[in-house]
Amino acid sequence: MKLGDGSTDFWTLAIIVGLACVTVLTRCFFFILDRPWGLPDWAHRALHYAPVAALSAVVIPEIVMTQGHLVSTWQDARLYAAAAGAAWFFWRRGVLGTMVVGMAVYLPLHLGLGW
Amino acid sequence: MFFLRSVRRQPEFREGMRVMAPMAVGIGAWGLMTGVAMLKSGMSVVESVAMTLLVYAGSSQLAAIPLLVAGAPAWVVLATGFCVNLRFVVFSLHLRPYLMHMPRWRRLTHGYLTADLSYAVFTARYTQPPQGAREEAAQEAFLTGGYFVTWCAWMGMSLLGIALANFIPQAWGLGFAGVLSLLGILCSMATSRLRVLAALIAGATAVAAYALPLKLNIVTGIGVAVLLCFWMEKQFGLDASTEDDR
Repeated sequence: MKLGDGSTDFWTLAIIVGLACVTVLTRCFFFILDRPWGLPDWAHRALHYAPVAALSAVVIPEIVMTQGHLVSTWQDARLYAAAAGAAWFFWRRGVLGTMVVGMAVYLPLHLGLGW
Repeated sequence: MFFLRSVRRQPEFREGMRVMAPMAVGIGAWGLMTGVAMLKSGMSVVESVAMTLLVYAGSSQLAAIPLLVAGAPAWVVLATGFCVNLRFVVFSLHLRPYLMHMPRWRRLTHGYLTADLSYAVFTARYTQPPQGAREEAAQEAFLTGGYFVTWCAWMGMSLLGIALANFIPQAWGLGFAGVLSLLGILCSMATSRLRVLAALIAGATAVAAYALPLKLNIVTGIGVAVLLCFWMEKQFGLDASTEDDR
């Protein structure tokens, strides 16, 4: 699927079905089988870091990169929106507030100033 | 399991719904923005609806969107979704004694429908697994009532978001709301110093390795962060589990 063409692609649908299987697999991981079992120690330890690392690896490039390059200007609404959202989170907690505050900063800068 | 009358008849079903109801507003608003974000990022209506109805995991959906749009290979999308969902693997270990008395199809249905908030509310209400048939039925009904509310709020508002997204111009950049939601989840998961470090390393690596083909910078970021954190644990004698309890 290419950006913005909005047409349905069979392969994309297949990946979506795969993601649904990933949801079932991860949410049921330890009670799929009837007999009790455990993970090796290294996998247990990786569970502490892998989720936060995965999100960060997805999120950070979406904030600081444009067309494959690090943003070279401070006039980018995403930077201020992300900073405001993160500041809100550490002040008040709550994912919803992070998004609302971030968009409240993003939209005026993006639509008003064209950043 | 809300399609089973025997579960709905238990008084705990309503109790679970009541406890979850105040949180439905936040879940619904997040679902709405996820719906808008999917379409505004360039996915088709059919793809967005399929993703909403089938995947039912906000963070892995939002993480998958930029990868799908960039044409990343299937295994990278699935591996990223798996890593983003790894917290559920930890939850499933906790839930196992609560569910093992049921047949497998029933366990899997409950597991699939139990997301972050349902898990948190359920395990806070019942700190011990059930003893005897009465408690088994009560706990199952409470869990079901809770995720029934979550599921309705999420599905209804996501589909509404998909419907409304067509009336919103692409230039508004509303897809960025999805990134901001992920940022919020990211912040909520950065609960220890080592996890903050893991996030910073993974983010920096993903940026530095951006030129890699097939969106491999994501997998590289995860790998480098996990390995460096292992090394830090050993080097400074830190313990991940005690750090988490902070």
